[in-house]
Amino acid sequence: MDFASVVFYFLAAILLLSALRVITAKNPVHAAMALVLAFFTAAGIWLLLEAEFLAITLVLVYVGAVMVLFLFVVMMLDINLEELRRGFWDYLPFAGLVAGLMIVEMIMILGGTNFGLTAPEPKPADFSNTKELGRLLYTDYVYAFELAAVILLVAMVAAIALTLRRRPNRKIVDPAWQVKQKRADRVYLVNLKSQKPEAKSEEDE
Amino acid sequence: MSFQMPDILPALPEIFVLSMACVLLLVEAYLKPKTATYLITLGTLLGSAAITVFTGMLDPVYTFNGMFVDDVMGDMLKLMADLAAIVAMIYSRQYLADREMLRGEYFALVLFAVLGMMVMISASHFLTLYLGVELLSLSLYAMVALQRDSARATEAAMKYFILGALASGLLLYGMSMLYGLSGSLELSKVARAVHEGTQSNMVMVFGLVFVVAGLGFKLGAAPFHMWVPDIYHGAPTAVTLFIGTAPKLAAFAFAMRLLVDGLQPAHGDWQQMLAVMAVMSMAIGNLAAIMQSNIKRMLAYSTIAHMGFLLLGILSGSLAGFSASMFYAITYVLMSLGTFGMVIYLSSAGYEAENLDDYKGLNARHPWLAAIMGMLMLSMAGLPPFVGFYAKFTVLQSLVGAGWLGLAVVAVLFSLIGAYYYLRIVKLMYFDTPHADAHPIAMAGDARILLSVNGLAVLGLGLMPQALMALCTASVQFSYW
Repeated sequence: MDFASVVFYFLAAILLLSALRVITAKNPVHAAMALVLAFFTAAGIWLLLEAEFLAITLVLVYVGAVMVLFLFVVMMLDINLEELRRGFWDYLPFAGLVAGLMIVEMIMILGGTNFGLTAPEPKPADFSNTKELGRLLYTDYVYAFELAAVILLVAMVAAIALTLRRRPNRKIVDPAWQVKQKRADRVYLVNLKSQKPEAKSEEDE
Repeated sequence: MSFQMPDILPALPEIFVLSMACVLLLVEAYLKPKTATYLITLGTLLGSAAITVFTGMLDPVYTFNGMFVDDVMGDMLKLMADLAAIVAMIYSRQYLADREMLRGEYFALVLFAVLGMMVMISASHFLTLYLGVELLSLSLYAMVALQRDSARATEAAMKYFILGALASGLLLYGMSMLYGLSGSLELSKVARAVHEGTQSNMVMVFGLVFVVAGLGFKLGAAPFHMWVPDIYHGAPTAVTLFIGTAPKLAAFAFAMRLLVDGLQPAHGDWQQMLAVMAVMSMAIGNLAAIMQSNIKRMLAYSTIAHMGFLLLGILSGSLAGFSASMFYAITYVLMSLGTFGMVIYLSSAGYEAENLDDYKGLNARHPWLAAIMGMLMLSMAGLPPFVGFYAKFTVLQSLVGAGWLGLAVVAVLFSLIGAYYYLRIVKLMYFDTPHADAHPIAMAGDARILLSVNGLAVLGLGLMPQALMALCTASVQFSYW
């Protein structure tokens, strides 16, 4: 077994264990942390496959941003796991059977032999994955790339259209209007004549 | 390797729609009158239709490195989708204004949805096919949810979103299998790889099953139809009108691109899947529609049945079959525009004419409207001399021509069952007495004229279907033969 295989099996074992922890952990925060570990390990496996750019993106985007949001949400929501877990053991035999059948079916079809795949030649050390991806995105795949951008624009328009509410009774102040105010507009002096205090009523005495 | 600038002329309609959608978003932010965005939308759709016609070429043109194809079938479908969207906008303007939905965001989403349809129609690559589907679906999810204070609309949007995401997953999984098999995402290369059959046939069928399941969902064919009634019922009627019309043309194009461009060599395999889906759709759609008391729900089930019929033409796999299916899709969109337009027409501010009871005695209240609705219903049922009859007839003819006699008999039987609930509406309109507290009918003049034209077109095309049929046949022929 060469070095790459050792690394692969090491990472794969950690990946499987952490993925199992995600669904078995009692504490949702622990589950989220196990998911972070799973993402990180998967990034390691991608590095082995010479997909450096994807590996780094996985760590940056999923571990760095998405999982932090996840953790925030998990900590803010008071999730009662016992409630969610009710009926888990009742459904387990049937769910296990279905999952087992699916695994058997997929093993029959998936796998290198059915696709006639052979391992590709490794690229030289100075091969830049990122540069190659960028070149393809902006040349061969420019149409699809632009369409993906349009989809993000639609997501933005939809999110704003669905969440922006104009309430009539908001106590909002326009800063420009606030700055434009002059003393003369707001303060005026009244010339009051001095007068004697009123005579006290007789009941007080 | 030097980079060659792709030929962007064939994609001019798409580029135009995208630019105008961005302009519309800016106009919405700076201009106060609400009708400005409405007029821009109509202008954009008209412009896109005109550009589609003027840049069209007879032979298929591939560009963007094989991701985009511009052929006659695509041009024809784009033109029809643009026109259908224009009609839908004109019908729904008053309805939207009454419900405070006449906003720039709504029209921007409509334009993006139309762009998604055009991308689907012109796709020659798994990636563009999928991106087009997503662009269309995402816009539609948001449109369904746009009536935020309605619990029913929100629930419908949620269901649509979750089931749509599941269907996209199935579609992508199937595509990834086919990619693994052929080593390419380009439809023509996939077709070549499947044709040569050097790889395992089992993987091909495995991928095909997932792709057809995703396709079935997008079409709304049984057994992937569960979302259709809930979304049609829950969405605001103007959105239902939009969802039920132009996207059906895109769904037809999607089926053609996927199954004929990409998987024609596996014809024997997908034919059987489509046959099962078509029979189930016609059975479930027609039988369940009988039970409905809400007209939007009833029309949703009728859509499922019509999609079954559409699949019949595709599965017969001949020039006659494809062009019959295309004719069916276009005429179905025409009828559907009319019927949902009528539901909108009878609704007014704060009132939805969506129960069958609301159509009681329509003849006594407004004879001309009852006549139009009657023509639309008879056409949907497939009775001569309306266009629905001719559409069904050509599909059945191609089916028998391809040797599927049994299937044709089943289709006729289910159409007979379906005729019951269409005729029930005619009966309600002509032989029942109206409610005493019936709401007055009020609608803008342009929509009223268009609705009359729409109803008469169903009759006119039924009497003279040859021209449209010839167009459909020619466009399929130029694109595939």
